[in-house]
Amino acid sequence: MALTITLNGEPYTLEGPATLAALLERLEIHPQTVAVELNQDIVRRDRLAETPLAEGDRVEVVRMIGGG
Amino acid sequence: MNDTFRLAGREYRSRLIVGTGKYATMEQMVEALDASGTEIVTVAIRRVNLADRSRKSLLDYLDLSRYTLLPNTAGCYTAEEAVRVARLAREATGSSLVKLEVIGDQRTLFPDNEQTLVAARQLVQEGFTVLPYCIDDPIVCRKLEEIGCAAVMPLAAPIGSGLGIRNPHNIRIILEFAKVPVIVDAGVGQASDAAYAMELGVDAVLMNTAIAGAKEPVLMAEAMKAAVEAGRKSFLAGRIPRKLYAQASSPIEGMIE
Repeated sequence: MALTITLNGEPYTLEGPATLAALLERLEIHPQTVAVELNQDIVRRDRLAETPLAEGDRVEVVRMIGGG
Repeated sequence: MNDTFRLAGREYRSRLIVGTGKYATMEQMVEALDASGTEIVTVAIRRVNLADRSRKSLLDYLDLSRYTLLPNTAGCYTAEEAVRVARLAREATGSSLVKLEVIGDQRTLFPDNEQTLVAARQLVQEGFTVLPYCIDDPIVCRKLEEIGCAAVMPLAAPIGSGLGIRNPHNIRIILEFAKVPVIVDAGVGQASDAAYAMELGVDAVLMNTAIAGAKEPVLMAEAMKAAVEAGRKSFLAGRIPRKLYAQASSPIEGMIE
């Protein structure tokens, strides 16, 4: 079943059911290098695999970049 | 001379904190950081670019055994946004240090004092080690210290302006009040600005554009290292009082007649 979420501000469709860990794997992002927010709440790295995604979820995936 | 900089329970040899933004290339950044002798580097937190995953990340270039990461909340205009970014930063970096920045205006990038205080209170409660970028106002600095911030970081001049220390007298008053480290953050343009800040007695200087925006960033990083060290030594050595008239350096006694 297709699942549409908002990922970093853009609509994103993936095959459900899915977890945050599965999403990162699909995006080829190593969880160690990013932080993930689900509906404005931080999801700790060790909880990614057990956190399911639901239709309409807003997900932010951020990382460090150069800055002052 | 054994003179270490103590910040949030750790000791550092360098009193220069350097930003990682605006370099022409990552290689140039690595070289500039090395030349600056810094041990603390600031980083920003932004969305992963999902369209372009080819580029290496900042983490591939920073030797974390050498540098303490100081993530910032740059670009936030409300306490709520800043707290959210700080939480993401803690998760992304694994460090509770945060350079709290809540901006009040796009043109000046001056901090919003009220929102900075609100965010600082919340983050201290959540166990963050809060290093707030703030206006060079002794009262705001005192309030930030009372809230439990680990340092105060008054600006020298607007971010990226290179105008140098615009209000040395306020910095001196802040230094008299503060029991936490005082770090001059933003506005340094050249090495003498950094030396001057250190001569006022501040504990450290934080800069990014002054190095990254110089024609030769690596050379400027070297200059800043030397300036911060010279300024610190000059402060510790204690300058002579200012006098209106000359005082001869050579003795009068024994002059030929």
